[in-house]
Amino acid sequence: MSERQIQLEVLRYNPETDTEPRFQTYSVPCLNEWVVLDALNYVKDNLDTTLSYRWSCHMAVCGSCGMMINGEPKLACKAFIHEYPDKIRVEPLANFPIERDLVTVVEDFITKFASIKPYLIPKEDKPISAGEYKQSPAELLKYKQYTLCINCMLCYAACPQYGLVPEFLGPAAISMAHRYNQDSRDGGRDQRQEVIASHEGVWECSFVGACSEVCPKHVDPAGALQQVKVASTIDWYKEHLMPWVKK
Amino acid sequence: MSRKPYIREVPKTSWFFRQPRYMRYMAREVTCIFIGAYALLLVVAVKRLAQGPDAFQGFLDALHSPLGVLFNLAVLVAAVYHSTSWFNVTPQAMPIQRGEEFVPGKMIVGAHYAAWAVVSLIVLIWGV
Repeated sequence: MSERQIQLEVLRYNPETDTEPRFQTYSVPCLNEWVVLDALNYVKDNLDTTLSYRWSCHMAVCGSCGMMINGEPKLACKAFIHEYPDKIRVEPLANFPIERDLVTVVEDFITKFASIKPYLIPKEDKPISAGEYKQSPAELLKYKQYTLCINCMLCYAACPQYGLVPEFLGPAAISMAHRYNQDSRDGGRDQRQEVIASHEGVWECSFVGACSEVCPKHVDPAGALQQVKVASTIDWYKEHLMPWVKK
Repeated sequence: MSRKPYIREVPKTSWFFRQPRYMRYMAREVTCIFIGAYALLLVVAVKRLAQGPDAFQGFLDALHSPLGVLFNLAVLVAAVYHSTSWFNVTPQAMPIQRGEEFVPGKMIVGAHYAAWAVVSLIVLIWGV
């Protein structure tokens, strides 16, 4: 197994002692098949136990280890060392406040995500005895890709609009609203529209498209947002030009 | 322990230099200025037309001047970039589902290019 010495430049911030973040470089002997998360774990285990970062599954499922790797939002568990030069710069996810080292403050995302009611809201109450909700493969296809979102927030780190206007609801939250709106079992679109069709909702998006480019699960949030814009525009015209048509 | 989160400010006027993809986005946005300028030129054309044949001839002469040709070329380049960049993202904004499959994005983009070619042909044939 080939080994390579990597200079890992990590942005450190200790809220108890630092006034601003600073870079600290660690020299890490990396195996060729390692990912950046392995290198961080090596630092934590062998060089500096004070380094803080989030991780859990090590297999791009939990969405915990999102960070900026050489300026690009990545999952540290999916960023292979062999794809990088000898010097790798690791920073906390952009557009989020830094709690400590590579750990960011994510309350804003969680609040926004909850505000779009990311769960099925049935059209009408149905007793259990009436049986399951049936769905055809075609109906499933309409929203399936959006279910792959792991809430890793890389799309928020990539979105310049979220960086400039922190009130923006953001890619993942609106995509998830779109996911439930597209679901044939759901009847909660009107409730979600109040949040996502607002100014801080989908209309803050200017279709940079960076969210879809960085998504580690190949979800297309940018596409979802444009589809929400189209649907919201149709709503507006229906309401103003054809008020007699029921939604 | 009290918390003291550190906020990294986004530079308001230079953020797009950070990433090539942000530069591509800004290029797309900047092309709007050229499209807008050409729309203004058409407004001026209508005004000159209303002022009579001499005024309109003066306008046409100005268009044929080196500066006029250069302006038109610049607008053409900007308009092509603007149009193609939007054509290429249409499958994201307007996916078409047929049964249990999505129509391939290339077909949706291709249809836009085909429509563009047809309209350009009509304009060229009738316009000349």
